[in-house]
Amino acid sequence: MKKSIDLINERIRDGNAHVVTAEEMPLIVTELGEEEALKEVDVVTTGTFGAMCSSGAFLNFGHAEPPIRMERVWLNDVEVFAGLAAVDAYVGATQQSTTQQSVYGGAHILEDLIGGKSIELRAISHGTDCYPRRTITTQLVLDDMNQAIMVNPRNAYQRYNAATNTTDRTLHTYMGMLLPHGGNIAYSGSGVLNPISNDPKFRLIGSGVPIFLGGAIGTVVGEGTQHSPAGAFGTLMTCGDMKQMSNTFVRAATMHGYGVTLYLGVGVPLPIIDIESVRSTAVTDRDISVDILDYGVPSSNRPSIRKVTYEELKSGMITINGEDVRTSPLSSLKRARIVADTLKDWVKAGKMQLTLPAVRINPDKAGKPMRETAHVPRVIDIMDRRFIPIDEESPIKVAAETLLKDETNHLPVVNKKGQLVGIVTTYDVSKAVARPGNKTCVRDIMTKKVITTNPDEAVDVAIQKLERHNISALAVVDRENKVVAMLTAIALGKLFEQRWSR
Amino acid sequence: MKLLVSVSRKQGKYPIIAQVVKETGVLVNVERAMIDSHEGELLIDVPDDSCELVRQKIAGLGASVRILDRGIRIDTRECVDCGACISICPQEVFSFGDDWGILVEEEKCVICGKCVIACPHSALFLSGEIPERPF
Ligand code: SF4
Ligand code: SF4
Repeated sequence: MKKSIDLINERIRDGNAHVVTAEEMPLIVTELGEEEALKEVDVVTTGTFGAMCSSGAFLNFGHAEPPIRMERVWLNDVEVFAGLAAVDAYVGATQQSTTQQSVYGGAHILEDLIGGKSIELRAISHGTDCYPRRTITTQLVLDDMNQAIMVNPRNAYQRYNAATNTTDRTLHTYMGMLLPHGGNIAYSGSGVLNPISNDPKFRLIGSGVPIFLGGAIGTVVGEGTQHSPAGAFGTLMTCGDMKQMSNTFVRAATMHGYGVTLYLGVGVPLPIIDIESVRSTAVTDRDISVDILDYGVPSSNRPSIRKVTYEELKSGMITINGEDVRTSPLSSLKRARIVADTLKDWVKAGKMQLTLPAVRINPDKAGKPMRETAHVPRVIDIMDRRFIPIDEESPIKVAAETLLKDETNHLPVVNKKGQLVGIVTTYDVSKAVARPGNKTCVRDIMTKKVITTNPDEAVDVAIQKLERHNISALAVVDRENKVVAMLTAIALGKLFEQRWSR
Repeated sequence: MKLLVSVSRKQGKYPIIAQVVKETGVLVNVERAMIDSHEGELLIDVPDDSCELVRQKIAGLGASVRILDRGIRIDTRECVDCGACISICPQEVFSFGDDWGILVEEEKCVICGKCVIACPHSALFLSGEIPERPF
């Protein structure tokens, strides 16, 4: 059996459509069976509410008198993209204020405009014959704009990998605060309620399909950026009229240590037209799994600690290597439900008609990493191989002499096997000379907890280590913990001089 | 009731809490201790009815002491019930209710401050009033 979209729309118009949420659907299918569920259910609504960094809006301010061709535009000190003719701009959600940094950004502008607040616009131009004006400063509210159209390049990720951190320090990431030693797990996404997870083949979701966006009726533009459904990481590009939106579903946020982002509510009503749409909307949290990635590894290829389903994540606790670890989401499940429920009410009330995709979204595409044509500098490129190791049993005097002779401030300390056991600096030696006590050999004065790097590490990662520990050199060690070189702040300084001059 | 005790380094070497317990017979629960080279801060929990007694005793021993009548506060206008505060709180102050709304058990809070920076919506506060925000 099949059901036409026209029949479904007719039922919606007549107020007879049977609409359920994606959370209710699995039970209905289990109880009625697929055939009956197809007859019974007309529409399944989905919803998600969470951080969607890749969002923003096109604003049209109208022309001033005399007119200006705005070249650079700031809204409440947040620079917006103005390379769009004379009086249009695109506000990117993660763009941060030049004066308040992560406290205020593009997302806050969107939230404030929707909330009815006034925003200060400042713009400059070089002045042309047709647009003589050079500067403008004015206060605007949403109603003053001709258009405020939210167009989000990447929304509603199909699912998102969970995050943990195995290092010994707290990390602040776009996945929130990650406690040291795998102390917690953060996850994102609404699982069973996620739009794409209920239509992973993109048979129902595609260009032109009406959706819930930030409290308004919007549409799917097409595939989102980074759309990668081959790995079950599909995304959507969406758009909608900001003037119809509400602050309940559009909220600015700041991830500590990361920056500004936008929390947004998105939902798609899915028409139940055939058995396959019944099957895909019968998905449960148990069927959707993600990896838990170790954000302690500063790479885009983070290792997976284990696989986990949304059912486990939502339970609040999972086990890793026999230990219980608490999980918590970043996205709001409560608001995701409100999105799906609101959509359900809208469809029931005949507030929206459904369509099938005008243009289908590719369901098999795979995203790829950036092609890099310039060599990414690694520690091996700039490390200093002419370092002098010192034996842990050497007298302090020898350390002093070596430091003087080689005009260096750091000596890696090694054991008989050449393995790194500590580091001594000019400061350690001076201190030992000034206050000798009963310290005689290098081992007595060295710092035992040495921060190390390895030849293959990216220079930017090594720099973070220097900054974080406020030190000026790192020992470069191989897999056997043997010292192979030193990396100093001086070598890094030289690298930066060259980096931008190429 | 919770008391925040600040001691200078010199006093830190002197067992203030032990002294108080011994002299008052009140059971004092040390919930958090932060001691560095200059000063120390202790968060203690005492039964409500002996709070004043303990406070006077500690003050008498030369430490400064402040009664903390409230733990973490939540601005429900800003909170979106995301849950980011749940797994990072050492005291399990936050949890989800049946409808995935956030529940706060303020009395368990030990005022460590973690959740204040972890909340993406700046909805959590430790001291002072919740700021007035025109909505
Ligand atoms: S992290 Fe902040 S916004 Fe999220 S539930 Fe906790 S208090 Fe509310
Ligand atoms: S301040 Fe610390 S103990 Fe109190 S609620 Fe926040 S994280 Fe929990």
